[in-house]
Amino acid sequence: MTTTVEPLTPRTRRGAELLLLLLAIAIVMLAWVTTDLNRNGTVPANIIPVAGGFTVLALGVHLVLRWKAAYADPVLLPITTVLNGLGLVMIHRLDLAGGKLGADGDAYRQIIWTTLAVALAVAVLFVLRDHRLLRRYTFVTMAIGFVLLLLPLVPGVGRTINGSQIWISIGPMNFQPGEFAKIALAVFFAGYLVQTRDVLSLAGKKVLGFTFPRGRDLGPILVAWVLALLVLVFQKDLGSALLFFGLFVAMLYVATERVSWIAIGLLLFAAAVAFALSAFTHFQKRVDLWLDPFSQDNLERSNQLANGLWGMASGGLTGTGLGAGRPYLTSFAESDFIFPSLGEELGLFGAVAIIVLYLLFCERGIRTALGVRDGFGKLLAIGLSFSVAFQLFIVIGGVTRVIPLTGLTTPFMSLGGSSLLANWVIMALLLRISDQARRPMPEMPVGVAADEPAPAELTQVVKLP
Amino acid sequence: MSELTLTLLRLGLLALLWIFIFSVVGVLRTDIYGTAVNRRGQRKAAKQAQAQDRQPSARRTPVPSPGGGAAAGAAAAGAAPASEAGSGSSGWRGRGRGKSVPTRLVVTEGPLTGTSLPLRSGGVLIGRNPECALVLDDDYASGRHCRIYPDTSGRDGWVVEDLGSTNGTFIGRDRLTGSRPVEVGTTLRIGKTVLELRG
Repeated sequence: MTTTVEPLTPRTRRGAELLLLLLAIAIVMLAWVTTDLNRNGTVPANIIPVAGGFTVLALGVHLVLRWKAAYADPVLLPITTVLNGLGLVMIHRLDLAGGKLGADGDAYRQIIWTTLAVALAVAVLFVLRDHRLLRRYTFVTMAIGFVLLLLPLVPGVGRTINGSQIWISIGPMNFQPGEFAKIALAVFFAGYLVQTRDVLSLAGKKVLGFTFPRGRDLGPILVAWVLALLVLVFQKDLGSALLFFGLFVAMLYVATERVSWIAIGLLLFAAAVAFALSAFTHFQKRVDLWLDPFSQDNLERSNQLANGLWGMASGGLTGTGLGAGRPYLTSFAESDFIFPSLGEELGLFGAVAIIVLYLLFCERGIRTALGVRDGFGKLLAIGLSFSVAFQLFIVIGGVTRVIPLTGLTTPFMSLGGSSLLANWVIMALLLRISDQARRPMPEMPVGVAADEPAPAELTQVVKLP
Repeated sequence: MSELTLTLLRLGLLALLWIFIFSVVGVLRTDIYGTAVNRRGQRKAAKQAQAQDRQPSARRTPVPSPGGGAAAGAAAAGAAPASEAGSGSSGWRGRGRGKSVPTRLVVTEGPLTGTSLPLRSGGVLIGRNPECALVLDDDYASGRHCRIYPDTSGRDGWVVEDLGSTNGTFIGRDRLTGSRPVEVGTTLRIGKTVLELRG
């Protein structure tokens, strides 16, 4: 079946983006002022330079978009600005509670990381003129992704923090290379699957209505599974393992349109989890905490999950107001538990608003995948937006007791430089792909342009049989 | 700072957050309606039927008139073979004139009826393969069936070339072997699909 997606009025919507961006900055500033009024009773003294810097950063990206990617999606940048800004405000608020002021504060470091992340995103927009260039580095990114993924296991470099060995330390700084491995692997999966999806989707025999793949085509999924299992066993991090394996299975499903891959993936992962549960007490404790966080034993072991839940409960519908709640009682309130912290002070309305913002972010990623013309771009956009969505599911599902809690960062919000850098790069890549997707006249490479259809029916969503 | 101000700020922040979300959705709404997703041909076929009732498309949707229904039907039936013969013969006749250079390729019969695409100087590839400019959903079409490209011998015109298709490309009733110049009005048949070159 061949359908055409016809852009009737190709518009850049950069003006709409500017308005949304100003609104986003206003929200962040209002949140900050509310926090300080609640805590200290005064408007923050350094509001002019900090607000100015924040505005310059956001408008800087906006101007770069006008210049380098005029047709990029208009809502990704404003949404990211709100999320990043609210994260900063919450970290600042926890600094105030902890008495860490000025250059000692986590917020100070987070602002520096935000600046670096924005600079990196702008650099990506400048250097990468066309996302298809990434396809040339399919196997290079595979090597990079695997190395990054397994780097924390290397003795001397890897570090164990809070029970999970997912960190590396270079000099005084700690990184979570898994955040970047996510991007590298998404690029690799996209490049690899766009080549091999025909054989993965066509060959095979039908059993019970599902078309199952041939034995030899199971190779890639087994490699991904073994890698996820390595992460699970040696880094003791269920979240990362789930994220990488889920990313691969989701992209495999999108590339081949075959539900059997999801069934196979779920079975493999269930086997891995069953193995982990029987082999490691670490996981048994996690599951026990998940099932009954309020029992006496579990509260003595870790009251983190219970505190987060009580915090959100005390927030009620409209929240206590930023700065008026007690999110600092929860450990890791500024990283893993930043969502319950915001949920407590912004209430259900605020928490749902944050989830809706993430939902819109991922929706734009998937819309970009639908609109873009090349298979690699489609798979990459799906992979990147799925990784953000799935990571959110794992972390927010963890703190709200939908699934066992595993430590992953909340994209754009959590304290931590590697997460912030990686997510801004993801956003820059999505902006670049969406620019290609929404641009009315494609700049096709020489030789392909000849076979392009009329401008009236530029974008083809082609479904392979 | 009074309690009232703080409450107002708290609720104001939430309100602003949701105003932001609804503005984003507003931008997206225009974005969604700014794009029409349609199965190939439907919209254009309808438009074409309205615009050109003299064309063969009128034959497929005869207008029932209460009085002279039979007469109109007969007239349409009579006109149809005539127009078909006319367009068929123009493929032969037109070569002598050579002045009517086609600019568009229009699908007049088959599943893609109504689709039109401009002739690009780099050539137009037709076939079942998704890389083709015109992707035919037709069991009788080959992956890369035929292509239409500018005349390389210096003349101002277009040439159709069969790319070794299994079931052949037909001009009128003749199976195309190799390449042949085409003019406005030339009809090509590939499986169930009939293509016409228009000016």
